Amino acid sequence: MIPRLEMRGVTKRFGAQVALAGVDLSVQPGEVHALLGQNGAGKSTLMKVLSGAIRPDEGEMRLDGQPYRPADPLEARRTGVAMIYQELSLAPHLSVAENILLGMEPVRGGRLDWAAMRSRASKALAELHHPEIHPDAQVQTLSIAAQQIVEIGRAVAVGCRVLVLDEPTSSLTQADAEALFALVARLRQQGHAIIYITHFLEEAKRVADRYTVLRDGQTVGGGPTAGAEVNEIVNLMVGRRLEQLFPRSTRTQGEALLEVTDLRGHGKPERASFTLHRGEVLGIAGLVGAGRTELLRALAGLDPVRAGKVKLGVHLGPSSPTDRWAQGMALVSENRKEEGLALNLSIADNLAMATMPAVVRPSSLRPVVQKWIDRMQVRCQGPEQTVGELSGGNQQKVAIARLLHHGVDVLLLDEPTRGIDVASKAQIYELIDELVSKERPAKAVIMVSSYLPELLGVCDRIAVMCRGRLGPARPVAQLTEADLVREAAGADGEVAA
Amino acid sequence: MKLAPTLRRSLGALGGLVGMFVLFAILLYASKGLSFADPRNLETILRQTTIVAIAALGMTMVIVSGGIDLSVGAVIALATVVIAACMQAGFPPLAAALAGIGTGVGCGILNGALVTRLKVVPFIVTLGTMLVVRGVAKGLAHEQKIDAPLSWLNELLARLPSARQWMIFPPGVWLLFALAFGVGGLMLYTRFGRHIFAVGSNEQAARLCGISVPRVKFLVYLLGGLFAGLAGVMQFSRLTVGDPTGAMGLELDIIAAVVIGGGSLAGGEGSVLGCLIGALVMQVIRSGCSQMGWPNWVQEIVTGAIIVIAVALDRLRQRKAS
Repeated sequence: MIPRLEMRGVTKRFGAQVALAGVDLSVQPGEVHALLGQNGAGKSTLMKVLSGAIRPDEGEMRLDGQPYRPADPLEARRTGVAMIYQELSLAPHLSVAENILLGMEPVRGGRLDWAAMRSRASKALAELHHPEIHPDAQVQTLSIAAQQIVEIGRAVAVGCRVLVLDEPTSSLTQADAEALFALVARLRQQGHAIIYITHFLEEAKRVADRYTVLRDGQTVGGGPTAGAEVNEIVNLMVGRRLEQLFPRSTRTQGEALLEVTDLRGHGKPERASFTLHRGEVLGIAGLVGAGRTELLRALAGLDPVRAGKVKLGVHLGPSSPTDRWAQGMALVSENRKEEGLALNLSIADNLAMATMPAVVRPSSLRPVVQKWIDRMQVRCQGPEQTVGELSGGNQQKVAIARLLHHGVDVLLLDEPTRGIDVASKAQIYELIDELVSKERPAKAVIMVSSYLPELLGVCDRIAVMCRGRLGPARPVAQLTEADLVREAAGADGEVAA
Repeated sequence: MKLAPTLRRSLGALGGLVGMFVLFAILLYASKGLSFADPRNLETILRQTTIVAIAALGMTMVIVSGGIDLSVGAVIALATVVIAACMQAGFPPLAAALAGIGTGVGCGILNGALVTRLKVVPFIVTLGTMLVVRGVAKGLAHEQKIDAPLSWLNELLARLPSARQWMIFPPGVWLLFALAFGVGGLMLYTRFGRHIFAVGSNEQAARLCGISVPRVKFLVYLLGGLFAGLAGVMQFSRLTVGDPTGAMGLELDIIAAVVIGGGSLAGGEGSVLGCLIGALVMQVIRSGCSQMGWPNWVQEIVTGAIIVIAVALDRLRQRKAS
């Protein structure tokens, strides 16, 4: 059988640096192929080669047996290679139909044929089994999940042969992710070849038929996903054994630092009560949109508090973000690029942003920043390097170092490991453990995450947020993933006490 | 050698300036046998640059914070009118100058308050205040130029008499240097200065870090107004009249100076050295063209082309660097 896509010996050098050193990848029609690897392993370079954004120095690519050498992304799209990136490329102000047929709008007698446009868009959406998305809806009014489907609809409407999905579930809720898995399964039945890039190995096992692991620009392994061990794949990705992903030292709970009683924000959260002690990590599970981020934002003073009590140490009542920093509580945003960091400023500026003395001498700031760079193992050229040039994992370390540099007691971490590589994740887990066990005085951490193994591995207690209400916090020893999923979906009928 | 990114960027702009000087020097020498690098010519250029450069210092802060101020030209005109009116009414020159600067600060406060309170984008707010301020200036002056008695104010930017050649440059140019050092220091070495960059680079991140974004923006527009007022004093010094229709379109020269110097209208980027170089580049083109005897319309075409080319080159360099 001729593979739908075959890449053989693909090599790409940037100056002295070898980004791809002879990658082989073969995908059959009707196959979902997971492409795995850490950040910097060469996944994005390989996909740029595939999408025509860059040309390989050596190697061969064939599409259905025909030589495939796209000159640019447009030609790649016309030949039938469609990319769906993490950051969706839709025009938010235009309608669903306009987005699906962007660049290939049907025209009749010099005028846009709206009827044909709507019907073709509806047909594409029906093929994806998502007729509930209206072709006239403005894209920015849709949920992220629906927007993603619109983008896939665009690929299908063009008649794509190879569909590349880059981290498609990273910003989806569990339910939306399930719907996406079903959609991927249908596309496979229709004979599409799908390349599925993900950091979630369980997800890769579930969705994909086969997998390929890249490391340092080379294909280091692969095979059918059925029967593959997650640990084996991780070892392939990392190149060394990750003994324990979630370290857990002995933690001693100290005094209560933060007491929240019946907190109510603007819309969400509707009701939240909990107590956080020194030396503990409190996890908050729940669906995206349940109000977890809003809870953290209200605590950090970023969103208004309408009712309820927040007692932080000796401080009581609502406060501005400035006050919260002074009182020793601050947030690491889930949205690193848009809210977390100023990407075109230096590491030093970002790190010291909340703790700037009235008169700054860059020379005096440098050793302090360097200390944090060393402690957090940030891979960079130095304190003056622009944060935007760092990898996601290293950016996140800078965002967390900002809180530590300021010496806060309570760290509010919103999805701290989203979209970062495995090695950085392990470092962040290790750091959180250190902060609550070895640091004197011990810190307190609230961590919001949609990745349940991570919550269960890192936290001491977990509370579930469901439709704006926070449930009781329970020790992780009494919890399983299934419990959390059930409670997040509101299946227990159990409401916050 | 590793350099701070801001310095690296400014050095790039500096390179452009040197290139421009050399080019013009060669052209002039070839065509007329004139020396462009003559110290006297240099002094003339500096004197002519001062007005735009002083206002550009304030504009640099506004643009780095992610804003824009279209009202500066009108504010400069209003300041000259206020100064002339005060002098005509018999106030001493110093009081008149302070009134002019105060006018600028008042306009800055108005801009700052509107931008932070109404949450309307600065482009629209300052487009509005530009018309309002220009109207006030015309009303105050009854749509005529206001004559004022000669005073030491007029010597601020005049060519130095031979008795005071030891000063090298007229006082206005020295004032520009002092202000440039002040603003440069403010932006690089103070918390407020770093906060301007933070707000311009990512407003949300700045808020997350506990920076009072409205306060920073308000102060930036206030300072922008202050520098427009100072530029108004210089403008008055050159014209010796209060002209409500003067400095028309000057805001665009001022913005161009900041942008040529590496300022980004998206905020978070820009430097004092860059904006001074930008202002100089614009003036060098002008004087170069007029020394070549080119008509006004050629000057305008050349200036426009240079703005686009300078900024395009800057972006190209940044893309290569990243």
